[in-house]
Amino acid sequence: MKKTHKIGGTNVLLTVLLFLGCLTVLFPLYMTVIIAFKSPTEMTNDIAGALSFPSTWNFSNFSEAMRVTNFWHSLGNSFLITAVTIVLAVLLHSMAGYAIGRNMARKKGYKLIYFYIVSGMFVPFAILMMPLVKQTAIMGLDNRLGVIILYLVFYMPMNVMLYSGYLKNVPLAMEEAANIDGASTWKTYWTIIFPMMKPMHATVAVLTALGTWNDVMTPLVIMSSSEDTTLPLAQLNFQTQFGTNYNLAFASYLLALIPILIFYIFCQKQIIGGIANGAVKG
Amino acid sequence: MSKRKALSSNNRTYLAMTIPIVILFFLFNTLPLITGAVYSFTNYRGYGTFDFVGLRNYIDLFSDERVLHSYLFTFKYAIAGTILINCLSLLLAMGLNSRIRCKSLLRGVYFVPNILGGLIVGYIFSFIFTYIIPAVGKAMHIGFLENSILASERYAWIGVLVVGVWQAVAMNTIIYISGLQTVPADIYEAGMIDGANPWQKFWKLTFPMLLPFVSINLILSTKNMMMVFDQIMSLTKGGPAQSTESISYLIYKNGMDGGQFGFQSANAVVFFIVIVAFSIIQMKITGKKEEQL
Repeated sequence: MKKTHKIGGTNVLLTVLLFLGCLTVLFPLYMTVIIAFKSPTEMTNDIAGALSFPSTWNFSNFSEAMRVTNFWHSLGNSFLITAVTIVLAVLLHSMAGYAIGRNMARKKGYKLIYFYIVSGMFVPFAILMMPLVKQTAIMGLDNRLGVIILYLVFYMPMNVMLYSGYLKNVPLAMEEAANIDGASTWKTYWTIIFPMMKPMHATVAVLTALGTWNDVMTPLVIMSSSEDTTLPLAQLNFQTQFGTNYNLAFASYLLALIPILIFYIFCQKQIIGGIANGAVKG
Repeated sequence: MSKRKALSSNNRTYLAMTIPIVILFFLFNTLPLITGAVYSFTNYRGYGTFDFVGLRNYIDLFSDERVLHSYLFTFKYAIAGTILINCLSLLLAMGLNSRIRCKSLLRGVYFVPNILGGLIVGYIFSFIFTYIIPAVGKAMHIGFLENSILASERYAWIGVLVVGVWQAVAMNTIIYISGLQTVPADIYEAGMIDGANPWQKFWKLTFPMLLPFVSINLILSTKNMMMVFDQIMSLTKGGPAQSTESISYLIYKNGMDGGQFGFQSANAVVFFIVIVAFSIIQMKITGKKEEQL
């Protein structure tokens, strides 16, 4: 343990360099916090005006930003859309992943369905956007429900692939035993397989959540009513109302970033693990 | 007899699990893809009546300067972005994977940009580009920094690139780290006995082992960079003088509001083909390299 040489010891120089590198990440966040707490009169035209500590930590920007952007409403919408999408994705995509994964080796039809769905990964939203706007409007889905359905479809290729890939490492023995005992596939799935796929549920939930929470394009073009605004969309819509009041704008940005930052602080391990897991398996 | 019955009921369960998903996928992925392709042969403006115009849109596409420029911008952005992201994230991953203090804290911090939404990050950087950097430039009398990079027709794309790379590096770093962890330690011991220097160790030992991860990362980052939208929305809105219009942004802007529904549908079809072609070429190239080794 006492070795301070290269082998076994830590590389101090590299540690220092990496800490310095963190500034590229932390500087924009530091600036956001500082400006959000300042009053507009403190914003002079030099660097100090933007980056020095505020004379008093002023919370009024936040209450004003909440009022202007209807913060709680858009937070609620974002939360609702993300939560429902995750729950449905975990339930529906895991089921499909299971049915496809267990049958694609034996049956051509399932193999075909697998490739059909997975090929959807090559279809960017920009391509489907215009027809989808028309289609959802006709179907009466130009609202939150429509956005949720679209997310379920957009994340289907990735999630089905992840689930059916994961199942390759789950031995058939337990299902066969349950089958002999007379349990139906449906029952076996919910009592044995679904709980066993827990690590993959976490990965799927994290990847789907990050994608939907931060997405701008889908709600922007699909939802026709300004009532349904999500958190990022509110920043876009109220950009003109912030005008040159950067303090108000940054307070609003900070408010919009806080939920995901809190989520990250508490679930950092699952998030990073989920992403590594998803990308490598995919 | 009863076994057969059980089997068929199992099959019915499997079908019940699959069919709704397939229908959903068809309705909201395949169907719009088909209708989009049909619209691309029309002069539809997004409202009112329309006629079929054959290949007219596709022919016009290749002589439309704005469309050509958006492809040029998107390719330039995607290629520069992919190279930068992968070099930076590989370096960062090797740093974060070596013997350092506070490893998990550092990893946690470097990953933050990836969880933040592109739109808001764009707004924050827009302030940095418009106010902070010019202020630094003025204070230190560095001429080329004194004006906002986003106001420059020539260099605004670099501003968008910085933000895109800042966000994307985190993701690729995590993937490279999990790649580096699959490299067995004993090959380094063997390398040390052979007297390999760090440079040789990297290119002869580490890099070949990492190739599958390089290929994942290349495909991921090219695809993400090609679809750039949020950052443009918040940083430049395609400007100045349409110099930073990406393909996605142009489809959105002119297809939704500009009365070019049919024309931009043709653009979308071409974009789709380009994305598929890019992915296939990349998989072929990286796949071949892996085989050679």
